[in-house]
Amino acid sequence: MTITDAAIGPPLVRETDSILTPANKWDHFLARWGYNRNGHRVEAGLYALGDPTPASPVFVTANYTLSFDALRSSLEGTDGYILVLDTEGINVWCAAGKKTFGTEELVHRIRATRLEGVVEHRRLILPQLGAPGISGQEVKRRSGFKVDFGPVRAKDLPAYMKTGEAAPEMRQVRFDLWDRIVLIPVELVQVLLPMLAAAIILFFAAGPLAAVSAVVTVLAGAALFPVLLPWIPTSAFSTKGFLLGGVAAMPFAVTAFVTNPSTLWWDRLGWPLVYVLTMPPVAAFLALNFTGASTFTSRSWVKREIFTYVPIMAIMIVTGILIVATLLLIPFLGGTG
Amino acid sequence: MNHPLRENTLRYDPDHCVGCGVCSAVCPHGVFSQNGRVAELSNPEACMECGACQLNCPSGAIFVDSGVGCAYLMMKQALLGEKKTAECSC
Repeated sequence: MTITDAAIGPPLVRETDSILTPANKWDHFLARWGYNRNGHRVEAGLYALGDPTPASPVFVTANYTLSFDALRSSLEGTDGYILVLDTEGINVWCAAGKKTFGTEELVHRIRATRLEGVVEHRRLILPQLGAPGISGQEVKRRSGFKVDFGPVRAKDLPAYMKTGEAAPEMRQVRFDLWDRIVLIPVELVQVLLPMLAAAIILFFAAGPLAAVSAVVTVLAGAALFPVLLPWIPTSAFSTKGFLLGGVAAMPFAVTAFVTNPSTLWWDRLGWPLVYVLTMPPVAAFLALNFTGASTFTSRSWVKREIFTYVPIMAIMIVTGILIVATLLLIPFLGGTG
Repeated sequence: MNHPLRENTLRYDPDHCVGCGVCSAVCPHGVFSQNGRVAELSNPEACMECGACQLNCPSGAIFVDSGVGCAYLMMKQALLGEKKTAECSC
């Protein structure tokens, strides 16, 4: 909706409720698997929840279905308004980082929905994680509405509404086991095609063990890593990934050594070495890419990780590939004797 | 289970603080606490540079070079040129 649309006729207020239907839950499931990644949207604008009056509170959220549904389902029994910003189907925190959940959009949406004619008060309740994109003072100055940052999680809203204050633990973002587990499907889907391609190429070039190693490496970096994150020693995501990849490489190295009938030392040691050189950096790279999904890495830290560990990953991978190429080519060059 | 990563650009000047408490309210990692008249840095190493405190501080007492700590986005930006708006998929 644009400002000009809104100037015609009475303010448009859509209706919603706190019920999550099976269709909503199916939509959440698909979103968690990364299916139609940017398509999980609700219309931006103003929604009436329950039976609101002009004195009812106004809650602000993103137009990502998971965000909107978390908010409305947490407000069961509350009469109020929900102001949905157009964040292009992105959740509140990420959108705040991109400033699409931002001061500009909020001020625009207040005007476009003519909120000042719908409610008599001048107060908005925002999710705390919207704060990186929203300047409360500027919103107040430009729209007259005072911004109150509520708790991080929508489910704490009923407690917040009772006291008008968020307890310190409601202000802390978390990254618990379940928070990390729900991210695994998207992590896996993102690397599924490269993994399958690598596994197929390795199957024909080097055999089934190498093909399985590609799958195991991806599972270690994209599935096991999020689960074990807080318990793997070292603090950098990359080094945690190296460790996990190293442990995953051991059975492959041993199997490759034991099952190789060759009597040539370089042939017997070459393949185990390849697993040890290639599996850890790939797992480390996947682990490094999980920084964006985590809730606590700073840009300064991630930058240092990239500069410190990506060159090591690259050197290990390239060395491993060179050894594979050598091992595969030597027989053709008549070097086997 | 937060095990914050100690590297950030957060600077805070208590001389400019007006004690409004908004920094403690918006920080997701409890970096600030309100102790007496002004805010104090109680857990600075937990800062993830989201920038919420600086954006909402009414007196300019906080500086942080804010950004998103996402390796995927940063490497993509480095490879495709410094396009600040380069989209990550989340």
